[in-house]
Amino acid sequence: MSVWWEIIRDTLKASEVKLVTYVPDNVLNPLLKAIHGDDYFNAFVCTREEEAVGIVAGAWMGGMRGVVMMQTSGFATLPNVLASLAVPYQIPVLMVVSERGTLGEFNIGQAMVARTMRPALDAMGIEHHTLTRLDEVAFIVERTVRQAVTTQQPACLILSPLLTGGKAP
Amino acid sequence: MRNETLTRDQAKVMGRFEITKALVAKLHKDEAVIGGIGHTNWDLWASGRRPQNFYMLGSMGLAVPIAMGVAIAQPGRKVFALEGDGSVLMQLGALATVANRAVGNLCIIIMDNGTYQITGGQITATGQGADIVAIARGAGIVQAEWARDEAHFAALMDQALVTNAPMLVGVRTDDQKPFGQTERDPPQLRDRFMRGLGVKT
Repeated sequence: MSVWWEIIRDTLKASEVKLVTYVPDNVLNPLLKAIHGDDYFNAFVCTREEEAVGIVAGAWMGGMRGVVMMQTSGFATLPNVLASLAVPYQIPVLMVVSERGTLGEFNIGQAMVARTMRPALDAMGIEHHTLTRLDEVAFIVERTVRQAVTTQQPACLILSPLLTGGKAP
Repeated sequence: MRNETLTRDQAKVMGRFEITKALVAKLHKDEAVIGGIGHTNWDLWASGRRPQNFYMLGSMGLAVPIAMGVAIAQPGRKVFALEGDGSVLMQLGALATVANRAVGNLCIIIMDNGTYQITGGQITATGQGADIVAIARGAGIVQAEWARDEAHFAALMDQALVTNAPMLVGVRTDDQKPFGQTERDPPQLRDRFMRGLGVKT
């Protein structure tokens, strides 16, 4: 079986998710490298996660599917733009968040901010799934993109250290 | 145009609504316009509804990123971001991203009145000396200019419609009240825009 980042890359591609905007993260690094290595994708770094969300939202309205990639602390900067753009305008902004702050976190700041993520997503009514098992990755990614697009709602995929190994100190 | 080295202080203070109407009058090829929040957006609304206009209701600072996304998805269409000084100051990094990606079909227009007019006229950083055109040039947007006056603004828009490089135009604006208010029905605004762009039929 492939590694998790190849499965995500291939599933995004099969789901016609072409635009990838991100603020980099150590855990995401192999996924970002795999995406940059594939000409199918239009992938680039942004200066803030909010900016990355705005670009993907605009691209959706222009007819191109996209995904925003970030780490947990980056997600914590997003509630305003999700609650005032993606959710009310019904724009399926897809998010992939590498989860810091749990299962061996060494930075108390990361641990605190991570606890705000799922409550914030729930408060905004945003569908989210936590990827923990390699054999479930393709199914969850494919179905999440499909549901986001057909229901015109944002969605968030959280990459657990159970899947990625997380970041060691 | 590269010989122009106007500073913010040298640019004429013009009417925001008049400038907005002058922009819209130049659009004959279904160009997209993204209106950031505040009076900039309301004057865009008041200048005449176009299905290729998108009106934000929140997400302050995201007019440039949204316009960039539209421009990437539709490289054959010219896209304008209409943003206020207070808004663009929240997302200056986006100017570097626009420059780095060389989004050639994107033109950013900054309506700079030096205040957060909608919240009571409190002074912004540009009102205290920050020069958004100089910031844009520093971020890598080579074609960044202050509009000297109405005629110069019109010439810059003509340039924007034909250039293949990202552009930013700074406009000093007055503090006149906006001439309308946008509808507050987000799915409706989004749906109309997507049909205006030909994404939905």
